[in-house]
Amino acid sequence: MSRLMMGAAALALMAGGASAQELQLYNWGNYTSPELLAKFEAETGIKVTVTDYDSNDTALTKIEAGAHGFDMVVPSANYVPIFVAKGLLMEVDYSAMENFSNLDPRWVDVPWDQGRRYTIPWQWGTTGVAVNTSVYDGDPNTSDIWLNPPEALKGKINVVPEMNDVMALAILYEGGQPCTTDRELLRRVRDRLMEAKQSWMSMDYGMTERLGAADVAASVNWNGSTFRARLLNPDVVYGYPKEGYPLWMDSVGILSDARNVEEAKTFINFIMAPENAAMISNFARYANGVTGSEAFMDDVMKEAPEIFPSPELAAAGVFLPTCPSEAVQFYTAIWTELQK
Amino acid sequence: MADAPMRRTRPFSVTAMPGFATVAAATILCLYAPILVVVAYSFNAGASIQVWEGFSLRWYAVAWDNGAVQDATARSLALAASASAIATTLATMAAVATARGRFRGRTAVYVAINQPLMAPEIVTAVALLIVFAQVKLITGVQGLGYLIAAHAAFCIPFAYLPIRARLKGLDPLLETAAADLYATPWRTFRRITLPLMGPGIAAGAMLAFVISLDDVIITEFVKSAGQDTLPTYMLGQLRRAMTPEINAISTALLGATLVLLTCFFLLTRTRDN
Amino acid sequence: MSLAPSDAEAAARAAQARRRWLLTLPALILLFCAASGPLLVVALYSFLTAGEYSGVEWTFTLDAWRQVFWTKDIFDDVWRPADAHLSIFWRSIRLSLLTTLITLLLGFPTAWFIATRPRRNRALWLFLITIPFWTNLLIRTFAIMEVIRNQGVLNTLLLWSGAITEPVQILYTDAAVLIGMAYVYLPLMVLPLYAAMERVDLRLVEAAHDLYASRWRVLRRVIVPLVRPGLVAGSILVFVPAIGAYVTPRVLGGGRNMMLGNFIELQFGQGRNWPLGAALSMTLLLMVAVALILYVRYAEGEERDG
Repeated sequence: MSRLMMGAAALALMAGGASAQELQLYNWGNYTSPELLAKFEAETGIKVTVTDYDSNDTALTKIEAGAHGFDMVVPSANYVPIFVAKGLLMEVDYSAMENFSNLDPRWVDVPWDQGRRYTIPWQWGTTGVAVNTSVYDGDPNTSDIWLNPPEALKGKINVVPEMNDVMALAILYEGGQPCTTDRELLRRVRDRLMEAKQSWMSMDYGMTERLGAADVAASVNWNGSTFRARLLNPDVVYGYPKEGYPLWMDSVGILSDARNVEEAKTFINFIMAPENAAMISNFARYANGVTGSEAFMDDVMKEAPEIFPSPELAAAGVFLPTCPSEAVQFYTAIWTELQK
Repeated sequence: MADAPMRRTRPFSVTAMPGFATVAAATILCLYAPILVVVAYSFNAGASIQVWEGFSLRWYAVAWDNGAVQDATARSLALAASASAIATTLATMAAVATARGRFRGRTAVYVAINQPLMAPEIVTAVALLIVFAQVKLITGVQGLGYLIAAHAAFCIPFAYLPIRARLKGLDPLLETAAADLYATPWRTFRRITLPLMGPGIAAGAMLAFVISLDDVIITEFVKSAGQDTLPTYMLGQLRRAMTPEINAISTALLGATLVLLTCFFLLTRTRDN
Repeated sequence: MSLAPSDAEAAARAAQARRRWLLTLPALILLFCAASGPLLVVALYSFLTAGEYSGVEWTFTLDAWRQVFWTKDIFDDVWRPADAHLSIFWRSIRLSLLTTLITLLLGFPTAWFIATRPRRNRALWLFLITIPFWTNLLIRTFAIMEVIRNQGVLNTLLLWSGAITEPVQILYTDAAVLIGMAYVYLPLMVLPLYAAMERVDLRLVEAAHDLYASRWRVLRRVIVPLVRPGLVAGSILVFVPAIGAYVTPRVLGGGRNMMLGNFIELQFGQGRNWPLGAALSMTLLLMVAVALILYVRYAEGEERDG
């Protein structure tokens, strides 16, 4: 029986391999617009198959193990250097591509990929705080919301269980820099988190709906999710903590052991066209890095304060660097104590 | 049952236990309560699985148009069917050989067969990823076989334990008697042991099927490009927002199962009459 | 050449032993290739050093094993007993035991009910029990969330009936994790119990009644001993996987309090400490294996059949 199945599977694979134009994209779940892929296939004849992952670590572990069959992956900024250091991403002269000039210059010389030799922006966003103004109508642009919460919010707060983002927010709140190994500062961070935890209801994902249904009154949350929550419940606002907050960007790159390199390059050039980049944003509700794509976005997105912050709020955003293992050890120890 | 003691006035059933039927009814109701929620939200007009915005068939249309999610569903079912078939066969053989009698290495075999229960999924997942990737690199063989092997392996204890529990109580005299009547071991097995094991095998196979259908972490790590199953497809959505699309698919599956079951039930009933 | 009777017996026994191993071997081979064998790699990792960016470096050390039981305080570098790990271990064991108990209390009557239905309806009842589990685990877990959340079905019903005046916070508590795990693991208890009960000779139960035993006594002295193998199988199938549970505690517990499965996942994921994750898993595995052996020996008692 098993031999039969394996034989059948092997046959199916051979048949699949014979069809010329295909592309295997390994991306975050629910992150790739099906319309985008349909349009790409219609224009180029290349069929894109998407396989999902749910965390950078899973993607990294799987790609590193090898023999995965993927052509492209979309890691976050702080994981791109790890992928590069391990030799998992192919160096490509993206700047020679026709649509490269569409990239917002702000996203070209980024610290994690100087000059964009390995990756091209997919989407970017922020991790801030969402507040239901019918419960608390004070200033939302502060981490006080979850680290030193006002009486009205106590017991109604959620924190997304994302160690890197949460630790970075707390460290910035205490006046440090992400990846710090300053023990005095980390002690304050730990004490602050332990005390604040008393006022939290949960540490969970899926806040679009919980905020929308007013099950939680405030949450550390991503901007796109908060935007969607506001569409469900107009009382929800997104705050950019003035003490500092993490910026993140997921970027798509070609794997060094990709089998369909030319198709992958065609795809990457394709998504740097403004109308195509807008399709990515319209689907997942985050900004992309392509100039002029705003014109093609849905009207609700164009003026969304969650997606496009005002300059003074944008200034406090910090890109998370790739932390060395010593800092990760500190993070994990504090995180474990927080959740024990 | 006919010779129940006369002093009882109510019709007496030896099998009835006070309150058991009530608990059973309540349990079955509780099992279906969340499923009703799943079904209800599959008809939600909004994009949420927890905020009701009115009735619509929108998500059935979305699921109908979404080739990726249909592939994932079909892959999940095929995987569960083949893995549970393999696991049940191997587990039945192992149970026949090891459920009864004392022999050297009995404890070791027992622990070996139940090992997949003991390791947290993530550990097995990482281990399989590393080893299977090497096998793929060396042999060049890709395909669904790896997922089937991994699923079949962790399904074995789920099939083995019910079958073993069933066999343990069987009277070995029945088989000895058959052997004494010069039945070959195979004949004895086919005519005596196997029919007696029936309910154990059915229970084991159902468990294996359900366990395979639910698995997410091992699948997430073992799958290659283009091998998403329904659970891994959903896991990818956990951080963002889940839409009632999955509810629609689950409901459709549920409906199909119920139709099949009803047909099966009606068919067997007419034959009985 | 003629065999002495003892020789014939020995030969028969050897043939039986050979058959035993031949029948068991396929399962053992598959298990070795696709489960236990690869775990040896992880066992090896527990003796290595954590890599800078996940993975391992090939330097031998016992650090990971020390970290299971002791932690170096990040603030004063003093090694102390790892009470965070202990409390996570303890919570996992406690919740798993409670889950086993709840599934037993609900599952035993349910299995008995099914086993005593007319023969041709039993398969149908079994299907009725398993069909809810054809719906994916994550979706089921979210559906439970919908039932128990503050504005959910349960609280609405209770408020409406007047039993409570304001919603009870169930979601994101240990109670929610228990409800979820009991739900998820219920069929693992019911099915083995059913398999064992189905073959209970009702004449024994009848005889006990004829001897004027109370129903409770019949249950305790006749039925439970007869279905003991099913009880053992069911409790193992619930308890052991529950200890390493990941999805249910993460979704329903609100992630404020980790269970072992989540803690180990953290080491392999964002914590980037594979050796510690490996050592924790091996600790769990050894603990469970020993407990399993002791439990099976105790619960099944001496072999009566030969």
